[in-house]
Amino acid sequence: MGMTLAEKILARASGREAVTPDEIVVARVDLAMSHENADLVRKSFLEIGAPKVWDPSKIVIIFDHRVPAESEKTATTHKAVREFAAAQGIQHFYDVGRGGICHQVLPENGHVLPGMVLVGTDSHTTTHGAFGAFATGIGATEMAGVWTEGTLWFKVPATLRIEVEGELRPWISAKDLILYTIGRLGAAGADYRAVEFDGSAIRRMTVASRMVLANLSMEMGAKVAFTPVDETLRDWLRARTPGRLEKIGPDADARYERVLKIDAGEDLAEPQIACPHAVDNVHPLSALGEVPVHQAVLGSCTNGRLEDLEIAARILAGRSVHRRTRLVVIPASQQIYRDAMRLGYLDTLVAAGGMIAPPGCGPCVGVHQGILAAGEVCVSSTNRNFLGRMGSKDSKVYLASPAVVAASAVAGRLEHPGSIVRESEPCLAEA
Amino acid sequence: MSGGSLKLRGAVRAVLGDNIDTDMIFPGRYLNITDRELTAEHLFELAYPEIRAAIRPGEFIVAGKNFGCGSSREQAAAALKFAGVGAVIAGSFARIFYRNSINLGLPAVIAPEAAVACAAGDELELDLAAGEIRNVTRDRTIAAAKLDARAVELITAGGLIAYLKRKCAA
Repeated sequence: MGMTLAEKILARASGREAVTPDEIVVARVDLAMSHENADLVRKSFLEIGAPKVWDPSKIVIIFDHRVPAESEKTATTHKAVREFAAAQGIQHFYDVGRGGICHQVLPENGHVLPGMVLVGTDSHTTTHGAFGAFATGIGATEMAGVWTEGTLWFKVPATLRIEVEGELRPWISAKDLILYTIGRLGAAGADYRAVEFDGSAIRRMTVASRMVLANLSMEMGAKVAFTPVDETLRDWLRARTPGRLEKIGPDADARYERVLKIDAGEDLAEPQIACPHAVDNVHPLSALGEVPVHQAVLGSCTNGRLEDLEIAARILAGRSVHRRTRLVVIPASQQIYRDAMRLGYLDTLVAAGGMIAPPGCGPCVGVHQGILAAGEVCVSSTNRNFLGRMGSKDSKVYLASPAVVAASAVAGRLEHPGSIVRESEPCLAEA
Repeated sequence: MSGGSLKLRGAVRAVLGDNIDTDMIFPGRYLNITDRELTAEHLFELAYPEIRAAIRPGEFIVAGKNFGCGSSREQAAAALKFAGVGAVIAGSFARIFYRNSINLGLPAVIAPEAAVACAAGDELELDLAAGEIRNVTRDRTIAAAKLDARAVELITAGGLIAYLKRKCAA
């Protein structure tokens, strides 16, 4: 019997010939990533009482949620983690100004390889399935166990396969595709499951766009979410890592719990919007009517990459952010910041009235850099719109693609990019 | 942390709906609180402040499907535990929350009918190992999933830290 990609990776990591869904396995962990909550992990680790972490070369710590420190309290936890990393010999430590958002920094610096088991103390760790890694979020105390033993138990997930054929229409992106999918399956639609995306529409996507699918699959409960390990991915990785690039994928006769087929052109006629206060509350843009917008946020581990800034710059070039609207732009990493600067995107966005915030999570988790007041509405390229997520419990967040965020910033209300930029142009750079 | 019991009795503090997310349980703005005991102060702060104000030690939170969806923040489970919640009983749990909860020694009990078979104030008896819930007030039993062997081990040890501490010292 063939295996899905999730089953294959878990079988190998647990030293077995084969595994089947619902089995419990103990797998070795190849990479353990934490951000600021490394302070929680550190405290649990010290309580456990092991003298040293299992393997400092397999631990990566990246500050991103509160950079630079927004309060004395955060500065204190940053300092504690910094000192702990030094004392434990953890070399892969990305401090303020050295990295950016963990899910961007990790692959950008060649830490992620196909076939790995990767755990992170962040729910959006599923992002790294775009690199063929079995990558999932865990809690801080569990991570302290990983730091101690280098292993973790997993229940082997059943796999949901999502095949996407056809061509995305102009202005429709990976973000619209995954919001549509979440809307269709629901917030628990992939709970405890592995997801495999494939099909011609997926294989044409850039690596950056594939990361959007893997990242947001978490919002339908996925434990891990893969996109294909193909030449597009291997080319991307070759430029960033000397590591061995394995050709790994599901067996042709792998068993799937369910196969969902989506026609990218037919099913996605227009941009998809996740309305307050749930990521699965998804509607096509035209169904929402007039929605005035006070803030537009472009950034996050979901959509703060170069192609996202590029499309926003294309829409905002020679235009201005609407007077009732504030545009906050957050490049996902220092590298993306530099690339966007070199290519002139940041200049275009600033000239239009946008404000550039430092690489990091920005206002997504409701801490700083664009908190909403009661009664305010935000359109955001981020990944969650829960009650009070970005500020007041009486504010509202609509999740959308970078193109819709940029168009809405110009219009001062939720807007289709096609109404701002008249000529039809493809949204996605072809891989 | 001291070891936890597998038989619990207490009152239902509140019955909540589906998809109670981690931002409702513990808002992101407080994530720089890394002392577990201090998290309780912000339990349900934006969504249900009245629960936090009223909760008494050992009471249960009952909810619908997908409780704890969203972030991996362990503070969500910690805030419930240190506010004194005896167990969370839900139709289903988001996976990271479930693991966090058990790892911290807070029983998370899967019971698909609980949200319709209980009301706030009902007195319940839980047998975690047997997977039995008895609604004493309504004189009825509610089907629940047994905690698996690993979870039982962690709950009785008082959580993952206590469990690993013992293992490291052995």
